[in-house]
Amino acid sequence: MSFYSEYLKYKNFQFNKFLENITSSDIFRIINKDKIDEYDFLTLLSNEAEKYLEEMAQKAHQLTVQNFGKTILLYTPLYLSNFCVNRCSYCGFNIENKIKRKKLTFEEIEEEAKAISSTGLRHVLILTGESRKETPVSYIVDAVKILKKYFDSISIEIYPLKEDEYREVIKAGVDGLTIYQEVYDEDIYDKVHIAGPKKNYRFRLNAPERACKARMRNISIGALLGLNDWRKEAFLTGLHAKYLQDKYSDVEISVSLPRIRPHIGVYEDIYPVSDKNLVQIMLALRLFLPRIGITISTRENQKLRDNLIPLGVTKTSAGVSTEVGGHSSKTKSDSQFEISDKRSVIEMKKAILSRGYQPVFKDWMQIDY
Amino acid sequence: MMDKLIIGGIELKSRLFIGTGKFPSKKVIPDVIKSSKTQVITMALRRVDLSSKEENILEYIPKDCILLPNTSGARNAEEAVRIARLAKALGCGNWIKIEVISDNKYLLPDNYETIKATEILAKEGFIVLPYMSPDLIAAKRLVEAGAAAVMPLGAPIGTNRGLKTKELIQIMIDEIDLPIIVDAGIGKPSDAAEAMEMGAAAVLVNTAIATAGDPVKMAEAFGLAVEAGRLAYISKLGPEKKFAEASSPLTGFLNEGEK
Ligand code: SF4
Repeated sequence: MSFYSEYLKYKNFQFNKFLENITSSDIFRIINKDKIDEYDFLTLLSNEAEKYLEEMAQKAHQLTVQNFGKTILLYTPLYLSNFCVNRCSYCGFNIENKIKRKKLTFEEIEEEAKAISSTGLRHVLILTGESRKETPVSYIVDAVKILKKYFDSISIEIYPLKEDEYREVIKAGVDGLTIYQEVYDEDIYDKVHIAGPKKNYRFRLNAPERACKARMRNISIGALLGLNDWRKEAFLTGLHAKYLQDKYSDVEISVSLPRIRPHIGVYEDIYPVSDKNLVQIMLALRLFLPRIGITISTRENQKLRDNLIPLGVTKTSAGVSTEVGGHSSKTKSDSQFEISDKRSVIEMKKAILSRGYQPVFKDWMQIDY
Repeated sequence: MMDKLIIGGIELKSRLFIGTGKFPSKKVIPDVIKSSKTQVITMALRRVDLSSKEENILEYIPKDCILLPNTSGARNAEEAVRIARLAKALGCGNWIKIEVISDNKYLLPDNYETIKATEILAKEGFIVLPYMSPDLIAAKRLVEAGAAAVMPLGAPIGTNRGLKTKELIQIMIDEIDLPIIVDAGIGKPSDAAEAMEMGAAAVLVNTAIATAGDPVKMAEAFGLAVEAGRLAYISKLGPEKKFAEASSPLTGFLNEGEK
């Protein structure tokens, strides 16, 4: 059993037919329930539910404050390398793109770590493109050993690993994994991942579960919104999160809701996801999974990000650069995508405080094994 | 009147313990402590950031308070023990609240691992306050393991649902020879008062204060409720009756001939 068998249950599900038959009384009934099931969740993603966003928002706000308090965890991504062997049609690091490639040396990693930790951040997320040659697991492990001196929590957003490799990076000090399926629809997945190891849908789909088995602490999953009808993708993301949460109850599961951003070599075939749609996804997710972490990145603009704070967000990035070496070095690479919210850590902190929320810089610590 | 709560050899004047999570800003914590008159403050060690003055929760806790670091984040006894030792090494004193949670959905504690951690830490000289699901037998094991008090939940953490486990907690109060501190679930000052009326030694409140519209005033309300509840307990509540004592009884006529 893996999440793939759950996915198969819905592969031929008549989403449109289900979504068309929803009435306003369905929505009210669900908003007033204590515990909602997966069909209720899908109902909240319907067109009809869009009329009741305020009611959903009130409940989502209440559930979030109850479970997480008025706090937002801050972290920042640290790009180690943008070498990549894949051809993902939506990404600027795609092997076909003629961009400036760069991989940080260990000295440069230390410089970046110093620069980031001087802003007060204690949680860091390291990223690479997919290249087992340029950035093998041993490189990640060595990078983590350096970063451990500066940070309390280190997460990775790299190519999917095997279970024993997850164990290896956890042993080195990694406590969090971020891995997006990008798109749950298997056919679209095949289409947008033109070439490279990332074409292996199931290896990627089962990566979060392998990490759970390896005893990763925090796992963040998500779909890249825009590659398919957002209702289906949001639904499957929620189901995936629930699957992991139910089966691996000691792992903290989070969901991220990234929307496609402009980048070098733009992807044309986009299903639009409006701000309103994004809000609806977030609210439905919170009502479905009250204790799930929800991350919102600097892909979104400042105003939207600030307004999303009371709706269910628990984590956000700050002081972001999507360039390799972007925090300290003068010789930066090209970026993965354009960020929208360019605020510094101090500015982010002030914005969170002014909304009546506490920015949390440290919510984790390594206890050595 | 001699009504003392002594834990780990220390006499506590306030029977309200306060948690420091979930506040909209760390800056309100000193005022919350002041208005509630609490003496014992629990905080997650994982949020303590010694490298930053401003971000370090310890900077917001008055020096005369007793720190009760908790092992939040621990998934088993071994991790709880490591966190406890670390807390001591960082200068947080030798009180420790054991929190072992391997269920991220409801955040329910693992009593079995909690007992194991309690045993190890009590032997090392810690004043151990274990957080648990209310269960008499597990509580007895905690006593044997050397706990200084036992902290059963009234309802799952953060739910503000009140004393859902009342019957089980009452049994623990009646049977266990250690202070019973109701932790988690208390949502209103009246819940806190109720726990105290039942004979709980103290209550720990976090979410209900931290997420209130005015946390400082709510803290004061809880402080007063805990005092009122305790006072009611030691004054021995009048017995509850199923039937009212009617002022004009229905059987009064039977006695009329005797007049
Ligand atoms: S999305 Fe990842 S794997 Fe695909 S091209 Fe970009 S960096 Fe490479």
